[in-house]
Amino acid sequence: MAGTTTGIPRNVTQGATKGGIGESTLRPDGTLKVTGEFAYSSDMWHEDMLWGQALRSTVAHAEIVSIDTSEALAMDGVYAVLTHEDLPAAKNYGMEFQDTPVLAYGKVRHHGEPVALVAADHPETARRAAAKIKIEYRELPLITDEASATAPDAILVHENRNDHHAGHVPHPNIVHRQPIIRGNAAEAARRADVIVKGEYTFGMQDQAFLGPESGLAVPAEDGGIDLYVATQWLHSDLKQIAPCLGLPEEKVRMTMAGVGGAFGGREDISMQILASVLALRTNKPVKMVYNRYESFFGHVHRHPAKLYYEHGATKDGKITHMKCKIVLDGGAYASSTASVVGNASSLSVGPYVINDVDIEAIGLYSNNPPCGAMRGFGAVQACFAYEAQMDKLAAELGMDPVEFRQLNAMEQGTIMPTGQRVDSPAPVAELLRRVKARPMPPEQQWLAAGEQADVRALPGGLSNTTHGEGVVRGVGYAVGIKNVGFSEGFDDYSTARIRMEVINGEAVATVHTAMAEVGQGGVTIHAQIARTELGVTQVTIHPANTQVGSAGSTSAGRQTYMTGGAIKNSCEIVREKVLEIGRRKFGSYHPAWANAELLLEGGKVVTDGGEVLTTLVEVLEDEVVEVEEEWRHRPTEAFDLVTGQGNGHVQYAFAAHRAVVEVDTELGLVKVVELACAQDVGKAVNPLSVVGQIQGGTTQGLGVAVMEEIIVDPKTAKVRNPSFTDYLLPTILDTPTIPVDYLELADPNAPYGVRGIGEAPTLSSTPAVLAAIRNATGLELTKTPVRPEHLTGTGA
Amino acid sequence: MRVNFTVNGRKQEADDVWEGESLLYVLRERMGLPGSKNACEQGECGSCTVRLDGVPVCSCLVAAGQVEGREVVTVEGLADYAAHRTDAHPGGGCASGACGTSIDAAKQWQARPQDGRTGEAGTLSPIQQAFIDAGAVQCGFCTPGLLVAADELLERNAEPSDADIREALSGNLCRCTGYEKILDAVRLAAVRQGEAV
Ligand code: FES
Ligand code: FES
Repeated sequence: MAGTTTGIPRNVTQGATKGGIGESTLRPDGTLKVTGEFAYSSDMWHEDMLWGQALRSTVAHAEIVSIDTSEALAMDGVYAVLTHEDLPAAKNYGMEFQDTPVLAYGKVRHHGEPVALVAADHPETARRAAAKIKIEYRELPLITDEASATAPDAILVHENRNDHHAGHVPHPNIVHRQPIIRGNAAEAARRADVIVKGEYTFGMQDQAFLGPESGLAVPAEDGGIDLYVATQWLHSDLKQIAPCLGLPEEKVRMTMAGVGGAFGGREDISMQILASVLALRTNKPVKMVYNRYESFFGHVHRHPAKLYYEHGATKDGKITHMKCKIVLDGGAYASSTASVVGNASSLSVGPYVINDVDIEAIGLYSNNPPCGAMRGFGAVQACFAYEAQMDKLAAELGMDPVEFRQLNAMEQGTIMPTGQRVDSPAPVAELLRRVKARPMPPEQQWLAAGEQADVRALPGGLSNTTHGEGVVRGVGYAVGIKNVGFSEGFDDYSTARIRMEVINGEAVATVHTAMAEVGQGGVTIHAQIARTELGVTQVTIHPANTQVGSAGSTSAGRQTYMTGGAIKNSCEIVREKVLEIGRRKFGSYHPAWANAELLLEGGKVVTDGGEVLTTLVEVLEDEVVEVEEEWRHRPTEAFDLVTGQGNGHVQYAFAAHRAVVEVDTELGLVKVVELACAQDVGKAVNPLSVVGQIQGGTTQGLGVAVMEEIIVDPKTAKVRNPSFTDYLLPTILDTPTIPVDYLELADPNAPYGVRGIGEAPTLSSTPAVLAAIRNATGLELTKTPVRPEHLTGTGA
Repeated sequence: MRVNFTVNGRKQEADDVWEGESLLYVLRERMGLPGSKNACEQGECGSCTVRLDGVPVCSCLVAAGQVEGREVVTVEGLADYAAHRTDAHPGGGCASGACGTSIDAAKQWQARPQDGRTGEAGTLSPIQQAFIDAGAVQCGFCTPGLLVAADELLERNAEPSDADIREALSGNLCRCTGYEKILDAVRLAAVRQGEAV
């Protein structure tokens, strides 16, 4: 019965079985993780294994004239040195477009692209051997921005495009273009009493998950391969890996190894094919672990963006129209750029009612590092710009920025610029009200500790740069809208296999899915759902692998909704089968078996009136019930390529932030004092994880506001800061308290009413911090991240 | 070269160690103790934090040769270490002899699937339990290093203020949690430790 289960969310058995949905149950992998026993992908070990190492290009755009591997191959301990010529089958892979070479051939298109591979018996041997490979490059002109990409005579990043967008883009160096035209923006602009324009720049952010890209490829006797890796979507990897290895999919057996964070950065293939090719070639297990430097080249980043916005409003504070152009730099390979473009355009208005819009979003091919999925996926960049515009409009009208937003806030029933009606709660004004109503953190907290200023609470912290003189406070607000799940007509589904049996005298459920647990807590809530639906206490989570159907990606805030939905759906069928067995065995003893609504609760079969009929153990005895079902959300459709109209999204998520900052105006140092969040989560399946996800997402937005950026030299397209020394991440000292207030307004179309949680808090956090810094300093600040030189006027 | 040192109370020796190998590499790849994590190998993230003669260090920055004759405690030995805090203090070795993982046992370690058990197996140190209870573990990659650093803080300072906690853990990056729950965990462990006394 694959299909869509919809209807009013009902929590029939909620609370009846311990550890069910709505409770803050603890992670099943927690003990392993705190004792160091949890096996992450970089912990894999096999007898007699080799270490793989890639050699990456030192230039961004060049023809490869020659590759000489002889010296490397001659080294002691080296088992293989490979170039594209040694690849067994398909030379390219890719999630949406198959444009990414396993190993560069003909030319390299970005700094850090893999060109050759080594397998050796010690990682240091492999590194030294890689350094001995000689590659001669003939450098080519660089495409680094919109102007160089779309010039009529521009060199093409990909000469022979045959992807499905190639036919309609205005230039072959544009991956995808999505306009949205609704109403008449030009005409509506005439009604505006004020018009504000802005140009914004969003820097390139890195997911910077802590667990490096890594894994182990083990050649199997049947000529296939067993692959243990950290990924966000096993089955998507499998589809891309098998053709490159020249193997049928069933000979590529993938098992999820422990994942140390993902945030979108593991949606694309990294070391999977490289290690497998080495393992097949050497016929030995090959372990590959990127070091941090390599990790910065080994995954796609968040698209840097230029955003040009115009808004108008009437004197009474109603927004008349919006025009925008969003340019996203996708870098050398497409990855998910086309979908990011779709998101950026369709969410570019933000959570506001604007009937007359003229929108265009494009994604470029360039010789910059490839960009793809990262938490917030195209909605983040837009939110940064439209929220700055909201503050500008409010200021222009002399209105309070929160009241102005509330006046224009969308709600359930609002029509999106794509023509889609929002058919579930959209509490935008309420979320803003909640963060605004929260008490302010005390002023001058650095003095609160005692007589002496506690410098740790000041901008600059222990560097002792100030004792409070020249420090000013600012407050800023922002709110954002994010789609949940895969959009634009994608056949998005998940699969769950549920087994129920009696083990050691107790009814036990086993949940087997291919879902990637990347830290978000899916494993915790999957057990909660099974407990709730099946009334058992003991739930075993089977390791994720490709021996069960696809669970789709752990991204887009979709896993609780999708795989959670699949588990719920499969459990409902298991429940029916269990009741059938019960009816068969005990039906003649009690009329309730035939005519009452029966539930499974606390290991028993009970009537909806609460009468206990029997135990699950007695029903099942030695029978095993097993069900594997797919689950789909309601269908979506592609956006029209000219007008942008279409019911493209499944669900929307909303979060609002209030940032309080203190700025040392002399030195340009910022201390974020508090970053309060209010979010609608639909249903908090696990309140503890909900809050943790919101705080984590908020912190990534804070990072982009004040420190995080991959810096690409515009002259060479080389990455300048691929290390944790140079790419700055928020530490515990940079991160303020993050009070969280969540609403639970059920989405009537989602299982239990859930709403994707992980992404929305990443959106509004950045513009809220920027707004607070603007409020403190009076500066315009149109770029992320804000650096000291922007605050002191000593730099661009 | 050969390196002799004590890990989690057990004497260990590692042979054929390259000059350039870090303590982190020797622990993870030679001793079969992968609990200490490899996130930056540059001293920036603290995921590899272990105690060397009682002092928290980034094991990725310690050359293996430097630990000759010294005492190392990793996350794998944290529970034992906390249980024997008084009798097996920095450099002291394990008085009961019951601590640690033998090299043979350690070598047996293999990547294995997670079975999703909640795991009451073994006793955890207060800080380990607090991390679980407070929801301070998400992906958990930062967790071993944070635990070692936080345990050392609580050993030094039984009632740390928030500013003390932030200062002590400022060398440990976490990308998932936003740190709030990590603060909660350290506060919780401090309270529980105080109640236990
Ligand atoms: S791995 Fe040692 S500090 Fe990052
Ligand atoms: S929990 Fe993932 S890095 Fe801290």
